[in-house]
Amino acid sequence: MTAENPEFESDCIRRILAGERELFHDLIRPCERSIFFLLMSLLRNETEAEEAAQDTAVKVYLNLKNFRGDSQFRTWVLSIARNEGLSRLRKAGTRREDSLEAETDEQSGDYTPAILTSWREIPSETLEREELGTILRKAIYGLPVIYRNVVLLRDIEEMDVRETAAALGITEGSVKVRLHRARGLLQRDLAPQLKEFAPQRKSRFGWFKP
Amino acid sequence: MRIDCKHVWQFISAYIDGEVDAVLRAEIDRHLETCEICSAVLDSTRNVVVLVADQRVFELPAGFSERLHARLDREMELAGP
Repeated sequence: MTAENPEFESDCIRRILAGERELFHDLIRPCERSIFFLLMSLLRNETEAEEAAQDTAVKVYLNLKNFRGDSQFRTWVLSIARNEGLSRLRKAGTRREDSLEAETDEQSGDYTPAILTSWREIPSETLEREELGTILRKAIYGLPVIYRNVVLLRDIEEMDVRETAAALGITEGSVKVRLHRARGLLQRDLAPQLKEFAPQRKSRFGWFKP
Repeated sequence: MRIDCKHVWQFISAYIDGEVDAVLRAEIDRHLETCEICSAVLDSTRNVVVLVADQRVFELPAGFSERLHARLDREMELAGP
């Protein structure tokens, strides 16, 4: 992910609108990943998410003159992506699993995690194993959509709470509550499966503490 | 104030993000020193967060970017200057 650079963006937008349209490629490039994975989160189909990502980029280009600069460029782009995804879901007649527009979340963070008495860290080299990636993707795409969106933007695209809230049209409080629940659900689902990937060495205490 | 396991679980996500205040953080840290279960829950949750953030887990489809920019070139051509 590329860090946003508002000066580069506003300069770029001014020049594109003045006719240097080729610059649009550089403007949209840092947003590509986030656009695609937000749409994957909504549509859960790679081909459709790619089509929707292309349509989003085209809409961003055609509507560039309407960008007011009162939000970050990427936030604006992601709200266009989100509308594109929702409109595709509506067209497909997909019944929404739950309300994406829910403004408030019950402020309770209660959940019961997977209870482990031993845990060893999974080294990141283990990700070279395709099987682990598959398990992680399956767990995330298996989350209810309102949690999936937040995990994708916060933990995978590493957007901050404010930007995530703006892109999804929810409050910052909802982002935090949903992220907490999402991580809890992922821990409960994944921790028992991931133990198999931990190194086999025996620790005297039987668990790893960083 | 002594906090119990359930209380710790409620703040796991905020704790990982460094969003709990100093007093609560100290309470949680004290609990973690003696509670093997909560330590394992915290470590496993943190590990899950680290693993899902790895770019290798969520990769763009091969050729995604090339196709996107080719489509943009076509659309820019159609839209005109």
